[in-house]
Amino acid sequence: MEGIQILSIVTFFPLVGVVALFFVDRENVVLQKTITLIVTTVTFILSLYLLIYFDPSRADFQFVERYKWIESIGAIYFLGIDGISLFLYLLTTFICPICILSAWAYIDKYVKEFLICMLVLEVGMLGTFCALDLLLFYIFWELMLIPMYFIIGVWGGPRRVYAAIKFVLYTLVGSVLMLVAIIFNYLYVASQTGEYTFDLLKWYQVLPPFSMQVWLFSAFALSFAIKVPMFPFHTWLPDAHVEAPTPGSVILAGILLKMGTYGFIRFAIGLYPHAAYFMTPLIIALAIIGIIYGALVSIVQPDVKKLVAFSSVSHLGAVMLGIFAMNIQGLEGAMYIMLGHGLSTGALFIIVGMLYERRHSRLIADYGGIAKSVPILAAFFSVTVLSSVGLPGLNGFVGEFLVFLGAFRVKPLWTILSATCVIFAACYLLWMYKRVMFGPITHEENKYMKDLDLREVLMMTPIVFLYVVMGVCPNYFLEKMHTSFDAFLKGYEKRIAINVYEQKVQPLALIRGGK
Amino acid sequence: MFDFIVLIPLFPAFGAFLNGIYGVFRSNWADKPSHTIGIASIGLAFGLMLLLVYKMVSVPIVLLALVPALGAFLAFIFGYRWSDKLVSIIGVGSIGISFILSVLAFWKLIHLEPEARFIEVVFYKWMISGDLSLDIAFLLDPLSAVMILVVTGVGFLIHVYSVGYMHNDPSYPRFFAYLNLFVFFMLILVMANNFPMMFIGWEGVGLCSYLLIGFWFEDDYNAYAGNKAFIVNRIGDFGFLLGMFLIFVTFGSLNYKDVFETASRVLSYNGFTVTAITLLLFVGATGKSSQIPLYVWLPDAMAGPTPVSALIHAATMVTAGVYMVARCNALYTLAPISMAVVATIGALTAIFAASMGFAQRDIKRILAYSTISQLGYMFLGVGVAAFSAGIFHLVTHAFFKALLFLSAGSVIHAMGGEQDVMKMGGLKGHIKKTFIVSLVGTLAIAGAPGLSGFFSKDEILWQAYSSPYGSVFLWAIGVITAGMTAFYMFRWLFLIFFGEERMDHETKHHIHESPNVMLVPLYILAFLSIVGGYIGIPESLGGKNHFHHFLEPVTRYAYKIEGPHYSHALEYALMIVSVAVAFAGFAIAYICYVKNPSIPVKFAESYRNIYRWVYNKYFVDELYEFLFVKGTLNTCFGLKAFDEKGIDGAVNGTGKSLYWSSILTSKLQTGYIYHYVWGIVLGLLILLF
Repeated sequence: MEGIQILSIVTFFPLVGVVALFFVDRENVVLQKTITLIVTTVTFILSLYLLIYFDPSRADFQFVERYKWIESIGAIYFLGIDGISLFLYLLTTFICPICILSAWAYIDKYVKEFLICMLVLEVGMLGTFCALDLLLFYIFWELMLIPMYFIIGVWGGPRRVYAAIKFVLYTLVGSVLMLVAIIFNYLYVASQTGEYTFDLLKWYQVLPPFSMQVWLFSAFALSFAIKVPMFPFHTWLPDAHVEAPTPGSVILAGILLKMGTYGFIRFAIGLYPHAAYFMTPLIIALAIIGIIYGALVSIVQPDVKKLVAFSSVSHLGAVMLGIFAMNIQGLEGAMYIMLGHGLSTGALFIIVGMLYERRHSRLIADYGGIAKSVPILAAFFSVTVLSSVGLPGLNGFVGEFLVFLGAFRVKPLWTILSATCVIFAACYLLWMYKRVMFGPITHEENKYMKDLDLREVLMMTPIVFLYVVMGVCPNYFLEKMHTSFDAFLKGYEKRIAINVYEQKVQPLALIRGGK
Repeated sequence: MFDFIVLIPLFPAFGAFLNGIYGVFRSNWADKPSHTIGIASIGLAFGLMLLLVYKMVSVPIVLLALVPALGAFLAFIFGYRWSDKLVSIIGVGSIGISFILSVLAFWKLIHLEPEARFIEVVFYKWMISGDLSLDIAFLLDPLSAVMILVVTGVGFLIHVYSVGYMHNDPSYPRFFAYLNLFVFFMLILVMANNFPMMFIGWEGVGLCSYLLIGFWFEDDYNAYAGNKAFIVNRIGDFGFLLGMFLIFVTFGSLNYKDVFETASRVLSYNGFTVTAITLLLFVGATGKSSQIPLYVWLPDAMAGPTPVSALIHAATMVTAGVYMVARCNALYTLAPISMAVVATIGALTAIFAASMGFAQRDIKRILAYSTISQLGYMFLGVGVAAFSAGIFHLVTHAFFKALLFLSAGSVIHAMGGEQDVMKMGGLKGHIKKTFIVSLVGTLAIAGAPGLSGFFSKDEILWQAYSSPYGSVFLWAIGVITAGMTAFYMFRWLFLIFFGEERMDHETKHHIHESPNVMLVPLYILAFLSIVGGYIGIPESLGGKNHFHHFLEPVTRYAYKIEGPHYSHALEYALMIVSVAVAFAGFAIAYICYVKNPSIPVKFAESYRNIYRWVYNKYFVDELYEFLFVKGTLNTCFGLKAFDEKGIDGAVNGTGKSLYWSSILTSKLQTGYIYHYVWGIVLGLLILLF
């Protein structure tokens, strides 16, 4: 696709909305929302270009753009998409218009600022998924943090400031370590090849010695593990979710968490295979603890949002298990759970938001029997719950099946343990669903709750449609991932066969700038 | 030529789709414009879906599904409203078309050579990942042909019955949408050609069971029962899932064909792997088919509407486990330990559940325990490698148990919703037609000679004795259960239809026979319960056992061991014993509940403790509640506290300690010169020494 810089266009298209919003009168809230909705929708439509012209038979990066950027330090502007990032990129463009719709009634103050935050956030997310220059990646990565901080801190619930600060500080601890690792690796690459560059593909060519890999991997992994979040770094998530407004939660669960898992595949494992191999038992153990722990803690949460947040810990644990199973089923399954989780957990948060808009409560005990008064909401809720439970025929099952199948080939006994989450998932979600939706109506206010209006139906329909498509025709999605994941695995196996254990390192020499 | 079998499950799916959408949105379509737009968009979506399906299979019969879409458009042009009538037409009609197609498929199948009766129709590629390759593909062989006939046939009758039974229910479209969806998943289950696709159906029917048990969700108990069913089933599904993984790791494939054909080469007889696989799969079966230890959900499942109990919790879904074991006969016969487990669990469940049926008072719960017990029989059958006998009993049981449940529904209908048999009695004069069909059903399940239950049950009992996997103990348990079955079923019949009339005056006044739309399905099922056994008359009674021979090709990969041969005389003798025991059961029931109704009361009084145990189902539910539910919840609460205090405490503690340490260090910056001088002096001193 020479000639069209489609990735740049799509990634930065939301900024058009930001500019447009500056010219809209502050009072004209509807116009502001409409503009944002149109801009995000156009972004989505433009991004479909990627889906159509993506060549599934190529393993390398496609739609590549490469320009000089900061020549003095060798940073370049380098974007590209492969089968690993394609669907995450599309998921982002797909979720964003839905987020704007979900904010339609929820956000009632500083609307303009909110919309600008959302648009900037979208740029950050899209950039993160397609940046192939480490410095560029880091900038996009940090770019997401700022609007998210405001979204939680300004438009959030009663404890929003606490949650926002916790979110930012926690994430920052990880990303600063990652920055140190990036700089370190940058110097190392320069010392080995003589070229100062942040180009990911060139970094792939240089394998640091083992003792150095362990440290670099740990820095990257910590940053990503906080983002995922893996047990025991997960406690920021429930707080952030509970306090964030609906669109914030949707973005957080739908996209931001996947940055962590994506980072593991692309950077942590890709750059430091030996360390990844060495750390696998630890990470698998944490993943399995996360799967079961998240599910168990989720069962007894009194707050629906918190319950869903802990279910994310459990699901993302399964993603990590799949990634570190290091076989094709595990990896593709992990990617599939990421996509499925982005949809179904996003939708769960949207539905909780709808309930909150109507009753101003997220506590399960304040509901009960409302399936009678809001049948349409109940229908969408039930499909979403079932998709999250992993019912075959909907999206959740495919990923879970592949992940556990892949993990079973490597660690059968551990998988038996972690697969119990299919039972617990049914427990926490269906029990919650039962207490919210079924039974007699115990609160008078719930009797005349308003059912979904057209906007809300339009918002949910594409998501439900995708559940079914992803469950019934998973091959359409999987076949676009095969080549990339195959290449990833082959590369990984080839590289860990290289002996890096005996190379001597002198870390201080790097800092002093000499060889 | 067989491409059209793809449509057999698709039609119910269409029905579920159309009625489901209507059911969800209809209260919003009160005004005409939104009704029109709604229907038009459904029609459009439906048309697109059909187009896609048509592109994939290119069978013109797909276009039959256009009929409802066309109907919708016509209705909209002429201003008709989508009504309950249209709902029933779509709901019943889609199953009807499936049934016709199934008959057609069956007809074409029996005109092939027995060896050629394995037809695989690939619909599309479902999931490919590395060496894993799964299709959505349908298998038509004798076993699945029998199953689709039962599912669509009995399903069709029950749909017709529901039109009458669910009449005037406010959620009428939702009911038919769920029921159609169930048939769809059940057909996927039995027609799959690989394990994961069977698992789609396997979990899908569990979902529909959940939705339908909790159909009247305003009542908390119904919703609870639905949840219980789903979660208990999930425990079983967990085993099934692991079984599939182990199969994949062992065989590198999950297609039936690859697995069963190579089973005897890949696996060693009585090896660890095959035993593990079969036992894991059997865990799934105990959940779905309600066997010990996962049987607890089925009695509570009776909270659903009665047609649901008949279709899902008697005739079709709960037999999925039996079907699965029969389908995997090539694996099970390689694992004698698993076979023994299957047969023993089956026999134990049969007798245990039958004993629990003794003291129940709910008209449907008695039938529920009877279903569990009969399912135990089927597992006893397949567990002694008598796969065709197990499936034979599955078929006849589908007839007579559906009949019994629907009769119970007719009784409940007549009694205005009353379900306690102690408040019935003497109904035979009031609802004669229902009484006659109930009598037929009871005779069939009790094993009265000549009726369908007799043939299938006796074949299982004979195999339990004579098969190389069988033993005299299994046979004895089976025979005792037969006697118990006769006892509690006649108790059920006598309490409802005989004796004094125990209902109150108001109810008595309203007793009325059900409408024809409910009675005609009952007649057909009664007819089938009588003659259904003639497809499998054993050779010792001069029959040909067509059924057995028809199913024979299914077991061609089974590992065969030669058992001892017994004479027909022994078979007759055992048959007479079982009939005699069943008759004894009938006689005791007659004495206790017709001749002298004071006996059971006296018995309950003098053996109060035993009665209490049986009446409370041996307190198994309470035990599970205490062990598993309470145990899990306590763990969860503990972990939640740990999360908030421990982990998050550590996180916040880090923050707090930083805060306090900076407050402390900021104290150092006092602004007084002499403090700093002291600091410098101290530092110098430290450096010097």
